[in-house]
Order: sequence, then structure tokens, then C-alpha cells
Amino acid sequence: MDWGALQTILGGVNKHSTSIGKIWLTVLFIFRIMILVVAAERVWGDEQDDFICNTLQPGCKNVCYDHFFPISHIRLWALQLIFVSTPALLVAMHVAYRRHEKKRQFRKGDQKCEYKDIEEIRTQRFRIEGSLWWTYTSSIFFRLVFEAVFMYAFYFMYDGFRMPRLMKCNAWPCPNTVDCFVSRPTEKTVFTIFMIAVSSICILLNVAELCYLLVKFFLKRSRKAGNPKHHPNHENKEETKQNEMNELISDSCQNTVTGFSS
Amino acid sequence: MNWAGLYTVLSGVNRHSTAIGRIWLSVIFIFRIMVLVVAAESVWGDEKSAFTCNTQQPGCNSVCYDQFFPISHIRLWALQLILVTTPALLVAMHVAYQQHQEKKLLVLTGHGDAKHLEEVKKHKMRIAGSLWWTYVCSVVFRLLFEAVFMYLFYMIYPGYQMVRLVKCEAYPCPNTVDCFVSRPTEKTIFTVFMLVTSGICIVLNMAELVYLVVRACARRGRPDSNPPSGKGSFYGHKLSSEYKQNEINQLLTEQDGSLKDMLRRNPGLQEKGDRCSAC
Repeated sequence: MDWGALQTILGGVNKHSTSIGKIWLTVLFIFRIMILVVAAERVWGDEQDDFICNTLQPGCKNVCYDHFFPISHIRLWALQLIFVSTPALLVAMHVAYRRHEKKRQFRKGDQKCEYKDIEEIRTQRFRIEGSLWWTYTSSIFFRLVFEAVFMYAFYFMYDGFRMPRLMKCNAWPCPNTVDCFVSRPTEKTVFTIFMIAVSSICILLNVAELCYLLVKFFLKRSRKAGNPKHHPNHENKEETKQNEMNELISDSCQNTVTGFSS
Repeated sequence: MNWAGLYTVLSGVNRHSTAIGRIWLSVIFIFRIMVLVVAAESVWGDEKSAFTCNTQQPGCNSVCYDQFFPISHIRLWALQLILVTTPALLVAMHVAYQQHQEKKLLVLTGHGDAKHLEEVKKHKMRIAGSLWWTYVCSVVFRLLFEAVFMYLFYMIYPGYQMVRLVKCEAYPCPNTVDCFVSRPTEKTIFTVFMLVTSGICIVLNMAELVYLVVRACARRGRPDSNPPSGKGSFYGHKLSSEYKQNEINQLLTEQDGSLKDMLRRNPGLQEKGDRCSAC
């Protein structure tokens, strides 16, 4: 179970996303997960082995490393990516539930011929409306929250996004204030800034998607509210419908009569 | 055979689970197995090489590491995840057995064409009858394994925090020696994370158990409903009891030997037809 499996799971959700959602998913997989796996993990690979302190005191290096890096950047990003991609599964579960309901209705036979066969239900793309809209919007909201929380945790733990070259440590059992040197600080800074930038782009995409969904929702509502201008009175609407039906019945009767006579 | 193989095996079971069961499976795979593979394994990767003791005495390092870490967290979690996911295979086996029985019945009643047989494979089994008992047993075993491992964890590593320093005086260490653990804070964070997800899984399993029991009681308490679509067979509705009984009678008169033997061996097959319409 690795990033490839996550991609398979999330690829299915892609079908029911908006265009912005699809762009977000692509950015996530190519610019974050792939960069993490292909490049960043190598940069941080020797972070503890090459963390060198200016002392021969056994244990000092371990303790100082632990003091300055409570959790490695790589692990933090991995957790962030897992948490950020998981809300999409809520949408996948909702879609699966809807499909299941439609299949049940189809089997019972009261789908009013909307589907030709059960395969069509499986491959159908659902529109983001009704309860699915709420699930989708919640998933975007959770994504945003997780992204923000992890960005903040990062900033809080590492005091800014820069990796210093030298750290001064005096935790026991270090005999005094000892200089400790970090391995590849510049490369780490570059990747940290890159990942933060991409994370911000993802936040922007999520905000844009949220706005798009809200605007679409309100537009639809105002259009629905605007339509019954021609039938302001509910009773009139009913009457008009009944009149129409009567007309149709009388028309068809006439046609039948005409047909017979000819 | 690796975690991906296990995922393939268990995805099949997913189809016959309850909704809570599916959520449980997702939590297991995404928040436990994936985090283990992608993050936790690299945290514990250098646990022995970076375990440093304040002595030059050869052998002291190894002995102290062995004393304080009889079994690594990573291995314990891997074992826990394997044991916890395996009871679902009981359900898979029972479903396969039921499908096999249905196919046999279809062939006997003359509906043994490829289309019907495919449908048997594709349709979702209802969790009722003996399948209910198997499912409940699998959930109980899951709970048991989770609890046992949580307890084991607590016994081997009292408290769930990874200490920075351990004092060791096992032979051949010359005296009480300070030994320093690698990345203790990061290990504590992941230990707590894995414990929390384990707790969530326990809660999900308990909820599923309660849901199954309540559903079973509700079903029993509905005396006016059709006698329980209890055995979960798809063709139960199609093969009404009368129709089935007629078919069986016909087959009985036509084929003396083998069928009578089969029915004698499985008296339940005929009784089921009498009792309920969905067998």
C-alpha cells in the first residue's frame, strides 16, 4: 500500500470532480507526491547520519538531533498529503451509495426507463447537486483545513521555512554548548520552499473551487426563484396544468375520431 | 506477497461488508498501513545503527538494544495489521461457499447457463443467516486482536512514550551505561498516531457489532414480514418455495440415484424450500 495505491483510489473520484478539482488532483500527484518520492526523500535520506556535532560525547548527537527535529519534514509532508487527499474519499463513498440506490431501484423496476441497463449506472457520472453538493463542499472545506493546519504546524515547529546550517545545542549529555551541522541545508531549503509554494497553490485552487461551487449554487437558486414569474399563484399553476391536460385529451380524441373517419 | 497483495485480497471482501465495515477497511489501509509503509518504516529504519551507548565496550550496544527493544514497534504493528485484517477472509470463504451452493442449485434447476452463473458471482450477499454469524465472529476476532496487541504494546513499552535515554547494566557493559535512542520524539508522535487510529478502529468494530445485533433483533421482531430473506440468496425471490418444491419433485422422479443421495445428504436443501422463499 503506497502512493500508487492512493493514486488508484483517488483516480476514481476524479470523474465526479469539477474541472478545478481535477487540476487540484493533478497538482497534488505530480508536484507534491511525485516530487516527494522522487527527489525530497533522497535529500532527507541521510539527515541523521550526516548530522554532525562538534563533540565525541556519545549520545549528544542523538539528543541534539531529536531536539531540533521533533518530526522530519518528509514525514510531515507524507502525513499532510495523506490527510489532504482523504476527504475526496467522502465523495467517492457518497457516489458509491447513490449508485447502489439507483441499482436497487433499477432492479425493482421503477426507474422509468432512465437507464438501459445496470452497466450504465456504473459508468454514469453524477452531477454535483443536492446532497452530493454538500458532501463535495465539506470535502473541500476539510482539505483546506488540513492544508492550513499542516502549514501552521510546519511554521511553528521549524520557526520559518529556512533550514539553518548550524545549530547550537546544550542538551544533556552534551558537555557544553556544542555546534551541530545539518546536512545539505540549502537543498533542503529549496525543497521546503517548493513544497510550501505548491501547498499554497493547492490552497488557492481549493478556495477557487469552493467559490465556484457556491456561485453556481446561488445562481441556480436565483434561476429557480425567477422562473415561476409567469405563474405567481400556485393555484393558477395547477389550474393551467389541468387545462393543458384537458386540451391534450380533447385534441387526441379529435385526432382519433378524424383518423377513424378517414 | 506484500501489503498491495493483501489490499487486493481484502478489496473483494469489501463488497459484502456493511457500510461501517467499508469505512473500517479504508481507515486500516489509508491511515494505518499506508502511514506505516510511507512514513513510520523510515523513522524506525536506523533504530539499531543510531542507538548509541556511552561506552566503548564491544557488545554492550547490541545487548542493551536487545534488552530494551525485544521486538520493534514496526514489526509489532505489521503483525497487528496482518492479524486484524485476516478475519475478513473467513467472510470471503463463507461467501465463496454460498456462491458455490447457489451455482449448484442453479445447475440442478436448469438455469446453469453462463449468464446466470456470472450473476451469482456478481451479486452482493446479504448478511443474514449463517453468513451473519460468520461476519459477527470475524468482527469479534478483529476486536480481540486489536485489544491484545494494544495490551502487548503497553506491556512491552510501558507508557506509550519513547524515552530519549535508557540506563543499561546488562553484561558485558562494565557498569550502568547511558544509551541514547534515535529520534525519540518522532517515534512518540507516530506511536501515538498509530494508537489513536487503532482506537478508532476498535470503536468502528464495536459500532459494527452493535449495528449487526440490532439489525438482527429488528428483523426477528418483524413477524409479519416474509420469512427472513434469511439465507441471503439472490435467487430466493425468483425461485419461490412452491416452484422450487415442484422442480425438486420433478428431478426426484426423473433422477433416482444421484439426486436422492444429494438430498439425503443435505436435508436442509428441501427444508429450506418449505420454510422460506429466499433460500
